[in-house]
Amino acid sequence: MEWETVIGLEVHVQLQTQSKIFSNAPIAYGAEANTQANIIDLAMPGVLPVLNAKVIDMAIMLALATNSQIDQQSIFARKNYFYPDLPKGYQISQYENPIVHNGYLDITLDDGQQKRINITRAHLEEDAGKSLHGNFQGKTGIDLNRAGTPLLEVVSEPELRSAAEAVAYLKTLHELVCYLDICDGNMQEGSFRCDANVSIRPRGQEALGTRTETKNVNSFRFVEKAINYEVARQISLLENGEQIIQETRLYDPDNNQTRSMRSKEEANDYRYFPDPDLLPVSISDEQIAEIQKQMPELPAARRQRLQSELGLSDYDANVITASRKLADYFEKVVELSHAETKLVANWVMGDFSAALNKENFNITQCPVSAELFAGLLRRIHDNTISNSIGKKVFSAMWQTHKSADMIIEEQGLKQVTDSAAIEKIIDEILEDNPEQLAQFRAGKDKLFGFFVGKVMQASKGKANPQQVNNLLKQKLFTDSH
Amino acid sequence: MELSPADVLKIANLAKLHIEEDDIPDYVTNLSKILEFVEQLNGAPIENIKPMAHPLDVMQRTRADNAVAVTTTKATQANAPEVENGLYLVPQVIE
Repeated sequence: MEWETVIGLEVHVQLQTQSKIFSNAPIAYGAEANTQANIIDLAMPGVLPVLNAKVIDMAIMLALATNSQIDQQSIFARKNYFYPDLPKGYQISQYENPIVHNGYLDITLDDGQQKRINITRAHLEEDAGKSLHGNFQGKTGIDLNRAGTPLLEVVSEPELRSAAEAVAYLKTLHELVCYLDICDGNMQEGSFRCDANVSIRPRGQEALGTRTETKNVNSFRFVEKAINYEVARQISLLENGEQIIQETRLYDPDNNQTRSMRSKEEANDYRYFPDPDLLPVSISDEQIAEIQKQMPELPAARRQRLQSELGLSDYDANVITASRKLADYFEKVVELSHAETKLVANWVMGDFSAALNKENFNITQCPVSAELFAGLLRRIHDNTISNSIGKKVFSAMWQTHKSADMIIEEQGLKQVTDSAAIEKIIDEILEDNPEQLAQFRAGKDKLFGFFVGKVMQASKGKANPQQVNNLLKQKLFTDSH
Repeated sequence: MELSPADVLKIANLAKLHIEEDDIPDYVTNLSKILEFVEQLNGAPIENIKPMAHPLDVMQRTRADNAVAVTTTKATQANAPEVENGLYLVPQVIE
């Protein structure tokens, strides 16, 4: 039988705020245990939640970026369950009237085709603390620093049809929340994590099969692997005449498999009801209009513009817009350097990105400012230095933070464009290599490259390569006979 | 609404309450009576009334996103039965 995969994703986007969603305790990953949980996060008797205004603005931003509707009268609900890292015995979340609903995200599939994935809803909620099942005299350790961290849970319709589509959707959403600057996107630290609802059905069948939910997968690669594993597992069950149990499963990356997390499904009776501690949230048209004004250019639009206005190729535009900060940097360098965009693109994607990767820096930690970098590209553009000398200048710039002009001056790297000087070097090289010269003249054309190399070497890379080519051609093809 | 003994056990389980077998009939009777009492609300004519999420007809106030350092950790940890390396210790959650 031919099976069709049906996937819906629930993504927890951790909102990048200074303080928690319902308390003013700070949020910083990796702080000492329980030093960022105040009495509200600990649910001490008598405390009341007070909503952080910023999370509403951030939810509106996501709504605008995904063409969603905004519920202008949104309410918070209690999701009741007992777990030691949930001090109140309930999580404040949203059930009816989530703040964002009925939107969509256009994703690009591997074959270049676009597919529209509908977003059912996105709701605000607080995160729970962390349980550490280490070695505490047979007990569980609880760190409540994360309790109360604001999350926006984005729920897609079950419209994804393969693990690859799921990853494409996740990457698009990830890029979007990073562009909007509402999430730091750090998957390892759990700032962007995903639960995958997976089911299969015979192709052509309308009704959905029984689904399983694989929890908290924290990398794109693991999402793909977890879904593929789960699909294969479900197919094998059904083809062997067995049933799929609706359950929550956990992906184990070490063994590349998913396993059942809890079997007592009745524990999933959350008994949602409106939280009496919180009043309905009202969002005005003015507030939405104000946020609309602050919206940055979105990645898809920017990619389009970099191609149409700056003439970048589809590939280059994709690489450069992968992060908003990289795209900002690129555009600033283009503006300041007046060099061809292709030259700037090649440098930004090449040596510049390589240097960042090597140091494991993100772009905000980059020691070469857009101004410095533009200065270097200006000198390549106006032929003061060649591209390969540019690499030398760039690495000096990375170390010393000096301007390109200073480095060129100090190290005497200025390109030699004086024909007489280059000719002199060529003559010396030809004289020093009589054997190769004879071979060349006997028809071994390949040796042309050998001479170019020698001349460039003798000039310490400073000779203009185009000029060396031309002059060498003149010498070798016209002088000889 | 008449609850069954199974309903009572389920509710007790969800609320993490231990109840004695012998007390179940009493719970069935009493909880059913409470539900019956509240059920009167279902008879209220609400066709033309907009649902309210809260009995107070006011909207949520918000606060600015400013963080304040937590200074109560010592005091709250003094309340806990057991603390190690800053972690609250609780009975083991998973085997």
